[in-house]
Amino acid sequence: MKATTNAHCSTPPQALNSAALADPMMPSVARVVQVEKETHDTFTLSLAAHNGGTLPSFAPGQFSMLYAFGVGELPISISGDPEDSGKLVYTVRSVGQATHALVTRKPGDPVCLRGPFGTGWPMTEARGKDVLVVAGGIGLAPLRPAIYHILRHRGDYGRLMILYGARSPRDMLYRKQLSAWAYLPDTQILTTVDYGGLSWRGYVGVVTTLFRYVRLQPDRTVALICGPEIMMRYVVRELELRGMSSSETYLSMERNMKCGVGLCGHCQLGPHFICKDGPVFPLSRLQRWIGKYEL
Amino acid sequence: MATTTAASQKIFAVDRQALTSLISALGNQGYRVIGPRVREGAIIFDFIDTLEDMPSGYVDSQLPGQYRLSRNHSAALFAYASGCGSLKRFLHEPEVKLFQIERQDGNLSLSGSTATESSPRYAIFGARACDLAAVAILDRALLGDKYADPFYRARRENIFVVAVHCTRPSANCFCTSMGTGPAAKSGFDIAITEVLDGDEAFYVLDAASKPGTELLAELKFPLASARQLHQAESARNAAVSAIQRRVELSGLPEALYEAFDHQRWEDVAHRCLSCGNCTQVCPTCFCTTVEDVSDVSGEHAERLRKWDSCFVQSFSYIHGGSVRMSLKSRYRQWLTHKFATWVDQFGAFGCVGCGRCITWCPAGIDITEELAAICAGGAVNTVKGD
Amino acid sequence: MNKESFLEILKEHPFTKDLSPEHQAKLAELAHETRFEREQIIFHESDASQFFYLILKGKVALEVMAPGRALRIQTLTDGEEFSWSSLLPSTRKFFQARALTSVRALVFDAAQLRASCDQDCSFGYAFISRLLAVVAGRLQATRLRLLDMYGVQERTTHEGDD
Repeated sequence: MKATTNAHCSTPPQALNSAALADPMMPSVARVVQVEKETHDTFTLSLAAHNGGTLPSFAPGQFSMLYAFGVGELPISISGDPEDSGKLVYTVRSVGQATHALVTRKPGDPVCLRGPFGTGWPMTEARGKDVLVVAGGIGLAPLRPAIYHILRHRGDYGRLMILYGARSPRDMLYRKQLSAWAYLPDTQILTTVDYGGLSWRGYVGVVTTLFRYVRLQPDRTVALICGPEIMMRYVVRELELRGMSSSETYLSMERNMKCGVGLCGHCQLGPHFICKDGPVFPLSRLQRWIGKYEL
Repeated sequence: MATTTAASQKIFAVDRQALTSLISALGNQGYRVIGPRVREGAIIFDFIDTLEDMPSGYVDSQLPGQYRLSRNHSAALFAYASGCGSLKRFLHEPEVKLFQIERQDGNLSLSGSTATESSPRYAIFGARACDLAAVAILDRALLGDKYADPFYRARRENIFVVAVHCTRPSANCFCTSMGTGPAAKSGFDIAITEVLDGDEAFYVLDAASKPGTELLAELKFPLASARQLHQAESARNAAVSAIQRRVELSGLPEALYEAFDHQRWEDVAHRCLSCGNCTQVCPTCFCTTVEDVSDVSGEHAERLRKWDSCFVQSFSYIHGGSVRMSLKSRYRQWLTHKFATWVDQFGAFGCVGCGRCITWCPAGIDITEELAAICAGGAVNTVKGD
Repeated sequence: MNKESFLEILKEHPFTKDLSPEHQAKLAELAHETRFEREQIIFHESDASQFFYLILKGKVALEVMAPGRALRIQTLTDGEEFSWSSLLPSTRKFFQARALTSVRALVFDAAQLRASCDQDCSFGYAFISRLLAVVAGRLQATRLRLLDMYGVQERTTHEGDD
C-alpha cells in the first residue's frame, strides 16, 4: 500500500560508511624516491608522500591503482614492508606503455595513486601456524609484505617455507633477500627455474616440483600462493594431494581492472569482483570458478 | 479491512490539461523535467518543457528484433511500453569527466570534475515500473557497497518521480515474472494510471511520499469517483493479463551455473553479433571503462569514464589476451551475470523484465527463450575442434 | 659397504622403499657404492655408459651443452634417481650429468638390472612401474615448462591454426 514518508520515495539507500562518501576515483599525488632495477624488465619503485602529507597504510596483499600521466592507470600490488610507513613500494614489470611509463620515472617525479584496495593475506588467521609461501615469477612481489610481516612478528608464526619459481635466474626477484632469509632459523627457501645454465645451483622445473623437498604438516599450515594462474592451479592440485584444506589455502587472483573499487564490472570472476572481494581469496571461495575455461 | 476511498487515500482523477499544470509545477520547483519523446521513430526519455513535447496517440509494436511506432490519434499519452532509452542515461551518464590533471615543472595538479559538485535536479515524468525497479537495482550496485559512485549519487539524490503504471505492455515484456511490474511498486513520488474512456482519456493519480503529497495538494486536483477508481484498477489488471512472455525463476541461479557447458551457448553464439545493443538499452547494465586522454603539449590530461559492454572482446583483456575471447563466452557471461551471479553479488536478479534487449537485438535473440532452453537441462557441449 | 647396509639404504630410499623386501634384497645384490667429486662429469652426452643411479647425498645436474649455451634439464638431489634411460638397451646418453656438490650414490649395472627383470617378471614389473612413475612426473613437469608461464604472454589458442 502507499505509505507516506518524509523522504522522497525515490531516495536511495544510505551509503555505508565515510569511505563510500569520498570519491574513490580521485587519485592523490606521491613522489618517486627511488627506482631500483630488479631484473632486465622489472623495477621497484619507492614512493613517498608529497609535500609533507602522509601515505595511507596497507595490509599485505593489497594493491594500488598507479597512474602514469596521460598514459593510463594500472593495478599494482604493494610489495614493501607494511610497517615502514614512510613509503609505498611497488615492483613493476615493464610490458606495455603504462608500465614502461612507470618504470622510467626518476627520483623526484610525481606519480598519482589511488587505494590501497582489496583484501589482504590472512596474517591473523595464520598465527600459530606454519606458513607456506608459493610464488611464481612476479608473484613474489605481492607476497613480500606478508613475508616482512612474518619476519617482524616471528614468534607469532611457525615454520616459514618459501617456494619460488621463475623463468631463469636472471628473472628472479629479490635474490639477495632470498639468500639472506635462507639463513634464518625455521626458514626454508627453495628456488626453481624453467631455464638454468651452468652456474645455477637450484632446481629446475615448475614450482610444484619443489614440494617433495618440503616437510608439510597440512593440519597446521596456511598456504599463500601467487603467480600465473596456471601455476596456481597446479600448485593447488599438489596441495590437495598433500592434504591441505581449501580454507587454509589462499590465492591472489588477477583480472582486468579499470576502477579498482567494484563499480565498473570488469574484474569479475564468476560472482566475485577481484578488486573488492579479492584479490586474495581462500581457495574454498574459488574452487567453483577457477579453471573454467573462458569464465 | 476498510474500503479504499479516494478521500481517505487522496486519489485524484484529472484530464490531460491538468497534467500540464503538474509539469509546470515541477518546473517551478526548479526541476528539469524528463519525459517520453519521439525521436527517429522510437520513444526515448529526454527533456520536456510541456505536455506537447510528449508522444500523443502513439502505439508501439515490439517483437524480437523489431520496433514499430504508429500513430492512431487516440487521446492516449502512455499507450506504449519501454522504448530504447531508459533512466540510465541521466543517472549513470554515458560519459563523465572524472578529473583533469596539469603537469608543470615536474609537478602535477589535479582538479576534480564539477559534475559531482553540481547536483542537477531531475523530475522524471512517465517512469515505468521496470524503469524504477532498474533504478533500485542500480542503487544497490553503485551505492550499496564499500565504495559508492559520487556521480550517480549526485543525480540520484534529488530526483522527483512521476510514475506511470503500464496499461499496454508490449509482446516482449516479462515484468510479471521478475516481480517488477506492470504497476509500479515503489520508488516514486506520484503515480498515474491512464484510463481510455471512449475518445477521451483521464488520469488517476496519487502520491506515495511527502513531497508528492504536498505537490498534489498544492495543485488542488479533484478527487476520483468510485467508478474512476474502478476503471483505473481494471486498466492495471488488464495490463497484467496482457503480459505474454515468462521466465521461470525458481532454481535459476543454480541452473545457469550448472549449464556452463550447455550446447545452447554455442547455438546462440552463431546468432549473436556481439553488437552490444542489449547492454546499451538495458536499464541495469552499469559497466564502464576509463579512458585517459592528453593533449599534444603533454601538459594537460583528462580521465573520462564511459559506458562499456562485456560483449567487447577487450573487456576481459589481461596479459596479452582476453579471458573471454569467444563470442559464446561473452554472451554466457552477460546472461549468467543478469540471472545468476547478480543474485550472489547484490541479492536480487539483475533483470527487470522490460524486454528492451529482445526488441533491440538485431538478431532477434529472446532471452526468455534462451533461458528456457538452457534451463531445460541436458545438452552438454563437447568442444568442437574448429 | 656390504649387502646388509645396501639393504638398509634401499629400505629408506624413496625410489625403493615401497618395493617388497624380496625385491629390495634382489637389488641389494646388484648394488655398488660410488662417489663423485664436486664438478666431476658423471657421464657425457652420447656416452654409451649403462648405469642406473640412486642418489644418497649430494646434487647432480643434468644438462645439455651447445656452443655458447647450456641448458639445465634437471637438478637432482638426495633420494632421487637418474640415468633411467640406461634401462633401455643400446641407448646413448642424451644429456650430460655433472656433480654440483660431492655426491654419494648407489650404482647398478643396467645390463644386470635388465637380466634380473627378464628372469623374474614380478621384480621386473615392480621395478619398471617405479621407473614409469618417475618418468611420468618428469614428463609432466617438462610439458609445463613448455608453457613458459612466466614469459610475457602471447595467446596460443586458435589464431592462425588454419
